[in-house]
Amino acid sequence: MSSKYLNIENVHKTFGQGASATRVLKDINLKVDKGEFIALIGHSGCGKSTVLNIVAGLLDATEGGVILDGKEVNAPGPDRSVVFQNHSLLPWLTVYENVALAVNKTFKGKKSAAERRQWTLHHLEMVNMGHALDKRPAEISGGMKQRVGIARALAMEPKVLLLDEPFGALDALTRAHLQDEVMRIQTELNNTVLMITHDVDEAVLLSDRIVMMTNGPEATIGEILDVELPRPRDRIALSDDPAYNHYRHEVLRFLHEKQRKVERIQRPAAKESAAAVKSGAVA
Amino acid sequence: MTTQTQRPRSWPTPLTVGMPSGPTVARHLKGYGNYLLHHALPPILVTGALLLLWQLLASGPTSTLPPPTQVISDTWDLIVDPFYNHGGTDVGMGWQILASLERVAYGFLLAVVAGVSLGVLIGQSTWAMRGLDPVFQVLRTVPPLAWLPLSLAAFQDSNPSAIFVIFITAIWPIIINTSVGVRNIPEDYRNVSRVLRLNGAEYFTKIMLPAAAPYIFSGLRIGVGLSWLAIVAAEMLIGGVGIGFFIWDAWNSSMISDIVLALLYVGIVGFMLDRLVAFIGNRVTRGTVAG
Repeated sequence: MSSKYLNIENVHKTFGQGASATRVLKDINLKVDKGEFIALIGHSGCGKSTVLNIVAGLLDATEGGVILDGKEVNAPGPDRSVVFQNHSLLPWLTVYENVALAVNKTFKGKKSAAERRQWTLHHLEMVNMGHALDKRPAEISGGMKQRVGIARALAMEPKVLLLDEPFGALDALTRAHLQDEVMRIQTELNNTVLMITHDVDEAVLLSDRIVMMTNGPEATIGEILDVELPRPRDRIALSDDPAYNHYRHEVLRFLHEKQRKVERIQRPAAKESAAAVKSGAVA
Repeated sequence: MTTQTQRPRSWPTPLTVGMPSGPTVARHLKGYGNYLLHHALPPILVTGALLLLWQLLASGPTSTLPPPTQVISDTWDLIVDPFYNHGGTDVGMGWQILASLERVAYGFLLAVVAGVSLGVLIGQSTWAMRGLDPVFQVLRTVPPLAWLPLSLAAFQDSNPSAIFVIFITAIWPIIINTSVGVRNIPEDYRNVSRVLRLNGAEYFTKIMLPAAAPYIFSGLRIGVGLSWLAIVAAEMLIGGVGIGFFIWDAWNSSMISDIVLALLYVGIVGFMLDRLVAFIGNRVTRGTVAG
């Protein structure tokens, strides 16, 4: 029907060929508005990262495709910057140089050298890393590395920002802190964001819509939940908010109850899935 | 539940910097004394014991080799004046070593350029690796000196031949280590470069070389060691000025003490070459270890 800013259309993905081929994704359809924050949630191994990598252009879809702002995605590019789970900073460059590499490459010819420097510093300030410009990644904490990774992705001024479990490797307190930062930055920049997560609270707190994926193989989008909580959102106030808990409950229910039922319907003979339903019901 | 084990750092305490007051100076001096006692004393004692053993073994009337005292008295002229020049091949030890080092420098630098390039090629391209790897695996087992007659036939001159022998000796570990380094570049760095759309040259200088640098430098370190091993042997055969020919010449004129001195110099220079490459490697790859 109507096309939105980011369209993922009938994406299928098969790894391998012939008898050993595994169909990982099936019929992924998703339309995302400009400025929307989407969380993609599902059990590990369900293919969330594959979806993100296809949008990033790091993987090609076997069938179907991705259209961003009217153009088909067929290669990686700075208009779809990625914050990788393990930060992926280049260890031989300083914090400043890591971001500057991206800025200089993206804005060469569009901004002067002084402007590019300003732009780099601005984004490092935005994630509160202005104090550690000359440090190397090995000299800063995991949370700080991820901040720099976020600064690098934001500084490319992407059309869509892709976050691949950005806080998965961090401890709970650091994670909460970074989530707040991401919310603050999001109100400022209003980016279009696609975030992969397996953290229910993170999904509800940050996103406008939660896309829940079924288990693989042949994973697809099971349900989409609109999160209509007013912004700015405060984690402490929300923890006691019935609407918040309702959304949280919906996601948990999908992940821990419905998802197992879908599995049973797909493979009725499998004993282990029957057992899984039992344990799911108990849980 | 952190899985990383914490390693206790044990720095020698006296090495702390600061402006110590009176009693602390004494403590620091005592610390330095301890440090020397634990680090300088063992090598001094062991070397002294070995020299003494040598002296005892070589002092007998039937001994074929000179004891250390005789080596020093025989070679005293060479030790005190390493840079004399009496024309021809009769020059000081300093010149001999420098002549050998010059050949090693040419051969090794050529090997670095060619070795890193080939290593990158077979690290990047599976096709090139399948084609070249069998060739390399066979050729790298050829002993350095076996190349000398062939290179003499090709170059018709001794100096380029010696340089070629160095080149062909040093190149294999450089190729192999570089290709392993390039092959082991983490997928994450490749993804970063793809998202940034780095072109080939940018990828090479900004990602590939720094990421592979630790591997490349371990190849360079092995290569420079092998070069120094090969040059002494090659110079024995080609003649002219050089520490290898100096040793051969001393043997022909039965100056055993000169040989002993030359071996000592060869060992010390080889050690310094190794440390030099390691030092440059440490400086260049500072921070390359992923964190």
